Amino acid sequence: MAIQTDTLSKQEVTLSKDEIARYSRHLIMPEVGMDGQLKLKKAKVLMIGTGGLGAPLGLYLAAAGVGRLGLVDFDVVDNSNLQRQVTFTTADVGKPKSEATRERLHGLNPMIDIEAFETRLTSENALDLFRDFDIIVDGTDNFPTRYLVNDACVLLGKPNVYGSIFRFEGQATVFGYPGGPCYRCLYPEPPPPGLVPSCAEGGVLGVLPGIVGSIQAMETIKLILGSGDPLVGRLLLFDALAMRFRELKLHKNPACPICGPNRTITKLIDYEEFCGIRGEEAPAVTNGIPEITPTELKTRLDRGDDLFILDVREPHEYQICHLNGKLIPLGELPRRVSELDSSKEMVVHCRSGKRSADAIQFLQKAGFKKLWNLKGGTLAWSDQVDPSMPKY
Amino acid sequence: MAVKVIIPTPLRQFTGKQASMECSANTVGEALGSLTTNFSELRQHLYTEDGKIRSFVNVYLNDEDIRFLDKEATRTKDGDTISIVPSIAGGSPSQSTQ
Repeated sequence: MAIQTDTLSKQEVTLSKDEIARYSRHLIMPEVGMDGQLKLKKAKVLMIGTGGLGAPLGLYLAAAGVGRLGLVDFDVVDNSNLQRQVTFTTADVGKPKSEATRERLHGLNPMIDIEAFETRLTSENALDLFRDFDIIVDGTDNFPTRYLVNDACVLLGKPNVYGSIFRFEGQATVFGYPGGPCYRCLYPEPPPPGLVPSCAEGGVLGVLPGIVGSIQAMETIKLILGSGDPLVGRLLLFDALAMRFRELKLHKNPACPICGPNRTITKLIDYEEFCGIRGEEAPAVTNGIPEITPTELKTRLDRGDDLFILDVREPHEYQICHLNGKLIPLGELPRRVSELDSSKEMVVHCRSGKRSADAIQFLQKAGFKKLWNLKGGTLAWSDQVDPSMPKY
Repeated sequence: MAVKVIIPTPLRQFTGKQASMECSANTVGEALGSLTTNFSELRQHLYTEDGKIRSFVNVYLNDEDIRFLDKEATRTKDGDTISIVPSIAGGSPSQSTQ
């Protein structure tokens, strides 16, 4: 079945001579043909996120002639995006991502309508934004938005083409398809912040979002055409290092709180709170964790104070830059705590100050008293003390 | 019964980067027990404090979710593969790294 309902245009849609020339490789294959190309032209797809997954997705959907594309992103292009977000050029750094993507896609295919929404997706705007589109494609990077996209799609009955990546591993599936499972059927709840390694284990192989985002583009186009077997009820797992695809079964969960028969969620909720983000971070930085600024630390080191510097980042981060501290990654701290001398005054740091705050909370419980968290980590050190220190 | 447990990328930091483990187990629960005995740091990432599998971690026996079988009591047979599949959120991780 094709995903076309209320948004199917009433008036006759045809292809111009230029469009026929542009889409000729689609038109000559029976699986697309004129009917399929017209379905693409009438389709309206909303992309949530125009980052790593959104790059191939946007390029392929625009190239394929999807008639209306919406691009939701509040972020601006950063230097560190260019390693994988191939829609952007170096000259785009500093520009809003949604607008830079719109320009790039318009250059690729000026025959389609592309709308940039330079906004953060929220519980307040999601339903209104989604309503005008047939298919939603989720290429975001955080749990609150994942649950928000899922719930809004379920409430509106729209399919959600899902893709997610971590380092060199990807997941893809189609949620919210009639009769199929939703994201909450798979994962009823998000991980509490801090438990799943995200900081220390962050990063992604640049090609990976290219592959997973292309799979999302393929599934989106199949849904529009109504052909083939959609990736519904199946979770595709991709391990790039092993170069192996696996497929697991996904079931609709009868106890699902939003798509089950006895649902308890009937409207959008506060997703930051649901994911435990509010009230979790604030105490982590303020609750009894003494801080030292990079400038204060520099002053104290210069006057020869006996300070022990503990670096709780990962070894590969130490290679990028360091403050000559002792390296014990946060994850190894519990079993290596005996290497530390609690009688010494200690400054703990990481990249931004978050992991080191966690380390200090742990050390405080272990009986350490003379502890300082380097406020803002190596990033702030680079800003305030030594501009030659690389930022990553 | 010899079974193979596949460890997902986010949890490999607790297994010394090991991507899978072979063990002998009659049920899925036994195999996971054997895994967390070998890699004790993994335990808190797989189980809640009262010993339940965490709700953002799914466990599969071959291609079937054990929540729809007999959960941890699901029987294994020789050559079975158990996969641990945690939720991941990344799409453009630049904002979520700290």
